[in-house]
Amino acid sequence: MNNRSASKKVLASALAALSIAASNAALAARDHISIVGSSTVYPFTTVVAERFSRATQFKTPVVESTGTGGGMKLFCQGVGENTADITGASRRIKQSELEMCNGNGVDVVEVQIGYDGIVLANAKSDQRFELSRKDIFLALAKDVPNPDGSETLVANPYKTWKDVNPALPAHKIEVLGPPPTSGTRDAFAELAMEGGCQQFPWVAAKEKSDKNAYKAICHNIREDGAYVEAGENDNLIVNKLAANPNALGIFGFSFLDQNADKVQGSLIEGREPTFDSIADQSYPVSRPLFIYVKKAHVDVVPGIKQFLAEFTNERAWGEDGYLADKGMIPLHDSKRQQVATDVRKLNALTNLAVK
Amino acid sequence: MTDLTQTNLTQKQVRERIAARLASRHRKEKIFRGFGIASIAFGVLAVLVLFTDIISKGSSAFVQSQIQLQVNYDPAELGIDKVDQESLAWANFDGVIRNALRERFPDVTGRSEKRELYSLVSSGAGFDLRERLQNNPELLGQSETVWVNADDDVDTYVKSLSKSKDGFLGRTSEQKAVWINALRDSGELKKRFNKTFFTNGDSREPEQAGIRAALVGSLFTLLVTLVLSFPIGVAAAIYLEEFAPKNRWTDLIEVNINNLAAVPSIVFGLLGLAIFINFFELPRSAPLVGGLVLTLMTLPTIIISSRASLKSVPPSIREAAMGMGASRMQVVLHHVLPLAMPGMLTGAIIGMAQALGETAPLLMIGMVAFIVDVPHGITDPSTVLPVQIFLWADSPERAFVERTSAAIMVLLAVLITMNTCAVWLRKKLERRW
Repeated sequence: MNNRSASKKVLASALAALSIAASNAALAARDHISIVGSSTVYPFTTVVAERFSRATQFKTPVVESTGTGGGMKLFCQGVGENTADITGASRRIKQSELEMCNGNGVDVVEVQIGYDGIVLANAKSDQRFELSRKDIFLALAKDVPNPDGSETLVANPYKTWKDVNPALPAHKIEVLGPPPTSGTRDAFAELAMEGGCQQFPWVAAKEKSDKNAYKAICHNIREDGAYVEAGENDNLIVNKLAANPNALGIFGFSFLDQNADKVQGSLIEGREPTFDSIADQSYPVSRPLFIYVKKAHVDVVPGIKQFLAEFTNERAWGEDGYLADKGMIPLHDSKRQQVATDVRKLNALTNLAVK
Repeated sequence: MTDLTQTNLTQKQVRERIAARLASRHRKEKIFRGFGIASIAFGVLAVLVLFTDIISKGSSAFVQSQIQLQVNYDPAELGIDKVDQESLAWANFDGVIRNALRERFPDVTGRSEKRELYSLVSSGAGFDLRERLQNNPELLGQSETVWVNADDDVDTYVKSLSKSKDGFLGRTSEQKAVWINALRDSGELKKRFNKTFFTNGDSREPEQAGIRAALVGSLFTLLVTLVLSFPIGVAAAIYLEEFAPKNRWTDLIEVNINNLAAVPSIVFGLLGLAIFINFFELPRSAPLVGGLVLTLMTLPTIIISSRASLKSVPPSIREAAMGMGASRMQVVLHHVLPLAMPGMLTGAIIGMAQALGETAPLLMIGMVAFIVDVPHGITDPSTVLPVQIFLWADSPERAFVERTSAAIMVLLAVLITMNTCAVWLRKKLERRW
């Protein structure tokens, strides 16, 4: 009898403790920064978060990798303890997202942090590809301009790289890349594919006359098996490439940097993807990376100002900073200075046209 | 026999027929057994392949290259004159390490070459020295020999040397390789036990990353899950099995419980996000919310297995207790429940093991996140073991490959421990009738 009542007491007190802890937590203000957003920016925000907490007395920010779009949704939900303070984006915020944010009473501060390059790589055991954006477009688009030269579209007829461009090897076209939900895929379509399809003047002319048709031609990737969706995990793509020398893969530059023994980046428009070629923008497939900060939280959640100061410090995002070491390509000196001063002023973003 | 005589078969013919059928029956049985053995062999093979793959990849994560340095806690270099919290926070420990490296390689000059040299040592080494000085204030102004973690690129190179002669240089320059080999030859660079892996939380620097935060987070989450789901599940099972009338309502409830057991776990995550976080405003990324969500997920499993084990208690026991004048509650609490306990525990452990490996529902409530600090309570932000594995598998740094496998080994160890406990408990509590 004694035993049973004792165990009952333990159980009851455990439940009571649980509920008290829960109610306390709901009342207490959050004491750590909460960051969401792009999986491309995640590796960089996490490094800054870690260094920031070690250098200061603040708690380590909690960083979630939700994807650019998912991050915007969480971020723009409103102001309050249960919403994120900062979101990372591998593209600029869209007008619709900005309106959603402002509609929910969220003022955002934009901080461009650097660049990222997207590479098309293959196994080191095979020869290096030398591609143009036109080759990429013709090899991967769902519909391509008719090879006979008329201004019509046909379903992509190309089977091998040699069909696309006689200078390329006779390998079957097989490209492993991220799924449509990925920011990398968006950026790839915009920078590589669109850059290629603009070289057909009649398609480029459509940009003004029929924007939707233009987007459909330039951004739609073929679905007949030549493009293989390999998931969001870039390591997986690297390993698959090592096992399949005929395939090409699409992923971020930092994965190329870390796996230089297994894969090599293809030359695009004659430029090899290297740290320098992405930084000076001569490598064509590179994109800007941003973080967006919720202005209303800056003085409420402890440490946001200091976190931004750490992020925009030369030792972090500078030419020799630790972010560069992690594979982020830094902004130019003058641009860095300008962004750093803007960040200190915390000017809210109102209109996207103002760059 | 009458049948056979009617069809006018001699005894000999009967025996022959039986012998012929017997051979085919034996053959069939052999094939049947063969299939059984083959499927077990397949299972064992799969487990063996899995384990060899994980262990061969992950075992190297339990050692870490460390570099021996002669450091001087020089107050001038550190920029402090006494050892206290405030001055330690600003002290320049990186400078101390750089001095030590320059002393070891005095002929290195030039800015970029020096940078290369400094990057031999982990960027976290300064913090280790800070901790050391904090614990031993008398060291200020003294010199001592310490082992500090090497950078992950160095570690990757050193470990690859044991696989091939030239090793994988990767991001390591030729010049750096020369220094590394010089240190190796003089015994100043050794692979030592990787304590950091068990004492630290996550980090973006592989050599500073550890499993501790995720392990503690997993334990907190499971604790919340167990404390809530076991009593609730058992109480629900007892009521449904022993007290509830059998009518349309209880049928409906039963069908729903069985359906809930088959609901994909991500749905519970969405439910948790809507109810616990958005409505009750519980903190994001906390083991408390994780435990609540996993409780919802494991409850059906526990209820179903508890009901099954209650059913397996023979009715004679209930009747005998009733016959001795026990009330229904006494029958259940004194006789049925103790006998059904081993089965209930097994169900609970299966549910817990499932909860331990779950990531999908935690995605929605913010536990799939980069967490450095080891949680101290059920409301601190934390992550769990499978999430840690997922995050490391997704990281570009090469040194995370082995850590991913090592984390899987830790997860399997936790799982095996839990299952062993379950077997032991069942053996201890089991009663025969």
